[in-house]
Amino acid sequence: MSDLGMVIVGAGETGARAAVELRTAGWNGPITLIGKEPLAPYERPPLSKFTLISEEEPKPATILDEVRLSEHNIGWIPNNQVVGIDRVNHSVELSNGQQIRYERLLLATGAAPRKLTIEGSDTTGLLYLRTFADAVALRTRFQPGKHIAVIGAGFIGLEVAASARELGCSVTVIEVGPRILMRGVPEEIARIVEARHRMAGVRFKLGISIQGIMNTSEGHLITLADGTDIPCDTVVVGIGAIPETSLAAQSGLTIENGIYTDEYLATSDNDIFAAGDCCSFPHKLYGGRRIRLEAWRNAQDQGTHVAHNMLGASKPFVDIPWFWSDQYDQTLQVTGLPDSGVLTVCRHLSERDKLYFHLSGENRLVAASAVGLNAKIAKDIRLAEMLIHQNQAVLDPIALQNTEVKLKSLVNA
Amino acid sequence: MQELLQWVEACEADAIDEEDVIRFDHGDRTFAIYRTAKGSYYATDGYCTHEKFHLSEGLVMGTIIECPKHNGRFDYTTGAAKRTPVCVDLRTYPVKLEHNKVFIQI
Repeated sequence: MSDLGMVIVGAGETGARAAVELRTAGWNGPITLIGKEPLAPYERPPLSKFTLISEEEPKPATILDEVRLSEHNIGWIPNNQVVGIDRVNHSVELSNGQQIRYERLLLATGAAPRKLTIEGSDTTGLLYLRTFADAVALRTRFQPGKHIAVIGAGFIGLEVAASARELGCSVTVIEVGPRILMRGVPEEIARIVEARHRMAGVRFKLGISIQGIMNTSEGHLITLADGTDIPCDTVVVGIGAIPETSLAAQSGLTIENGIYTDEYLATSDNDIFAAGDCCSFPHKLYGGRRIRLEAWRNAQDQGTHVAHNMLGASKPFVDIPWFWSDQYDQTLQVTGLPDSGVLTVCRHLSERDKLYFHLSGENRLVAASAVGLNAKIAKDIRLAEMLIHQNQAVLDPIALQNTEVKLKSLVNA
Repeated sequence: MQELLQWVEACEADAIDEEDVIRFDHGDRTFAIYRTAKGSYYATDGYCTHEKFHLSEGLVMGTIIECPKHNGRFDYTTGAAKRTPVCVDLRTYPVKLEHNKVFIQI
């Protein structure tokens, strides 16, 4: 390879992990990590939880501080966006006008919160959560006794709702879908999560759309389709995320529910890779089904993985999807793709701790999901992930239900 | 400040399954004690160095302990951090077996 460098667009989880891994894997040339935020790469999972509720002033959970950046000789450029890619000359142009040439380019641009637009409504004062600065803004609003309306009952919305309740706010969650967590988890789990929120005092408005939002002297007034008015101090919107594909699209790369990559995370240009929330990729263990994940571990795993392929390794990415969500004292975890299963069996670990296995028509394990105390479910979900990784092991549904059968005994059996 | 080390009885040798881990609390400190598939014993600090989750609830694979929360990994025989998000090594403690009991030096 020439003396051109590795350039990474996006200094989030994926970009940071890729930068370190490129160095660890032996790349001696320049590495440039370009981020649009002023902060060094930090972990996002605490933003909806610890950052909101901690008694002390929150600090970002930094992944790569300036010491580690310099130890690894990674050139970090904050407060900048890449505004153009010159694919012929292998160079990117930054918002400050600087041009940087690349040997290989990684797009780790992430995703942005989907914005709520309602005709005739003023939605300018609504809050979203993606960055540390967003979390700090929420935190200052979450004073005891304030009424917080959360629009969207996905993971972000529910974690924010739980944090707001823990801070003594009153909370109403509004969701247009018929139930919470429509996209994320099976109905059995959603029901348990909803019950926990209701126990904590959260009010739900499910299966109803919003007719309008007005700014008032105290905050906002939300009017639902049935005419119900919900006055509140603050509105937080969590209605999903949209992959950041504009740079890739304007550069002529293929887009398909995110930046299109092959199983090696290479885009339609062999010298440009994409990883993390921004890309869709085919998963071999799911029959080449094309998926896009918005999950912390995937961001980390793909960042680490893609570094090797940028250096020429040509290894397909086959890690099993996994994510978790913490709400109150309860955690839920999902591994695999539950919607690719046709049969669900439950292992009742205890009154509170439930583990569900999702099987294909041939009794292959394609996913597992669980809700309960972290200590009770985490190990089993991890073992389930290993079983899925074993080419979706064929398993006996009866044995899966039986708590006497240790899951570890099924791995590599 | 110099630490005064002492041998403390932690558990019966067969209180830990092969290739598994248990929690051991002593005073205000907490530890994780491991048994390999071949019957050797090891001890480390109880909490992961990333966030405060107890490793005794994690999965033992060979000489690796995986944190139950974010899947960070350590080699529990050396304490070495092996997989992100952990980047700080885990402290380890000497272990001895006497009269079928596990002692750790802390």
